[in-house]
Amino acid sequence: MIDKLVYYFQFPFVIYAIIVGVLISLCSSLFGVTLVLRRFSFIGDGLSHVAFLGVAVAAVLNITDNMLIVMPVTVVCAVLVLCAGQNSKIKGDASMAVLSVGALAIGYLILNIFSPSANVSGDVCGTLFGSVSILTLKGYEVFLCVVVSAVVVLLFLMFYNRIFSVTFDEDFARATGVHAGVYNIVMAVVIAVIIVLGMKLVGSLLISALIIFPALSAMRLFNSYRSVTMFSAAFSVVCSITGIIAALLTGAPVGSAVVAADIVGFAVCAAGGAIAKRI
Amino acid sequence: MAQIICENLTLGYDGKTILSGLNLSIEKGDYLCIVGDNGSGKTTFMKTLLGLLTPVSGKIITCDGLESVQIGYLPQQTQIQRDFPASVYEIVLSGCLNKARGLFYSKDLRQRAYDNMRKVAIGELAKKSYRQLSGGQQQRVLLARALCAADKMLLLDEPASGLDPAAAQEMYSVISSLNKDSMTIIMITHDMAAVKKYATHVLHIGSDVFFGEKAEYISKYGIQGEGL
Ligand SMILES: Nc1ncnc2c1ncn2[C@@H]1O[C@H](COP(=O)(O)OP(=O)(O)O)[C@@H](O)[C@H]1O
Ligand SMILES: [Mg+2]
Repeated sequence: MIDKLVYYFQFPFVIYAIIVGVLISLCSSLFGVTLVLRRFSFIGDGLSHVAFLGVAVAAVLNITDNMLIVMPVTVVCAVLVLCAGQNSKIKGDASMAVLSVGALAIGYLILNIFSPSANVSGDVCGTLFGSVSILTLKGYEVFLCVVVSAVVVLLFLMFYNRIFSVTFDEDFARATGVHAGVYNIVMAVVIAVIIVLGMKLVGSLLISALIIFPALSAMRLFNSYRSVTMFSAAFSVVCSITGIIAALLTGAPVGSAVVAADIVGFAVCAAGGAIAKRI
Repeated sequence: MAQIICENLTLGYDGKTILSGLNLSIEKGDYLCIVGDNGSGKTTFMKTLLGLLTPVSGKIITCDGLESVQIGYLPQQTQIQRDFPASVYEIVLSGCLNKARGLFYSKDLRQRAYDNMRKVAIGELAKKSYRQLSGGQQQRVLLARALCAADKMLLLDEPASGLDPAAAQEMYSVISSLNKDSMTIIMITHDMAAVKKYATHVLHIGSDVFFGEKAEYISKYGIQGEGL
């Protein structure tokens, strides 16, 4: 088995897959904690379906670089949903669900009616499970991912205290003169970027899992925000590496293997948390 | 000199009026108690003062150099925050955010957080998890956070709810000592004994609205009031 791994690690595509997997899981887990605590667990799903709608529109309009459409549309939706806040008429989770289902349906409809490409179900499947498989990444994609991740992590560290304050009690932050609105917008933009990037590289199914599982697992075991954040980052990275290696060894699809690793990790943490409560 | 003046203020949600025709002014060092039945609009008024809600009509004028970064706020307890994974220290320190110059908390601000925890007698809970505390302890954590944020004015929405009588008295005396250091206090309460003991002014919200000095309120309504 070790021989097999050593053999695999000679290929750049394996190294690329691990680098990208680790970076995306790190970024999504950092912001996953605040998203889960603010009851936006499904934002990964919702925004990646919005991005899918963007892909569909770009395909129909024959725009080759579909990021020109996908990125702005997703960012705008993220800002609308995350900044509407608690006072809006439709609550966060409901608006997310509306967006998610609506965007997927309209996107699929557009593709079916207008699409120049014959392989519609292939496109859809690619969006859900990773349009560019994580094992076929190119050098420039990895580079882009490294740059974006570095920016995301830096922003997170810089605004850590603000993110905590706005997550715990947005009203208090606003009332005491903290510019909560600005931080909300920054966060929404960053989250949209992570999701679009993650969707392109690993698929929307996986990006949702990467947002939810690390945060939930960490909350089972830890009681301070700082330790929850640090553990969820570590948890996410470890699970992604485990999942990717397991997928390589068994030939299983990478995205599903990573999610499976996250589920096992969550089960372990939940059990650990239950035991810790007893003693 | 007045810090806040409300002129013909009408409160509500989405243009729907809850309360109208409020006229009052709050001076530096005042201790204003807001009383009234449940659902009469006390919280709505406080949130409007804080700029969290926009008034349906009328004006709120802040003067005397009052800025929102000098205001502390203790919200009415909400269910969502109760299971939040954060330590007591993290939450109290977040009250200093409006004073943070750079991206991180200075040593002074961290000291301020510790001082305020000691003031409300939760010094030894600093490392404890917020979600494992009792309702009364959580209330004190939020009070310490409010104290961190407050320089000139402190707004409290039913601060004594969930506290046992002894802890409530302690909380009132902390608030009162701040008031003696010329901090303006605006407090929503159902506790008429506290109104009688501490308030300088009373705002009564309900079918009839009253604003004035405490003595006038007592002579007009008797100390039992209606909100009790
Ligand atoms: N978010 C909201 N949207 C619409 N109406 C609200 C909202 N919050 C409270 N209300 C209504 O406003 C009225 C006053 O509520 P509130 O200010 O919380 O009363 P209280 O005096 O008990 O603090 C109540 O009738 C309540 O139903
Ligand atoms: Mg209220």
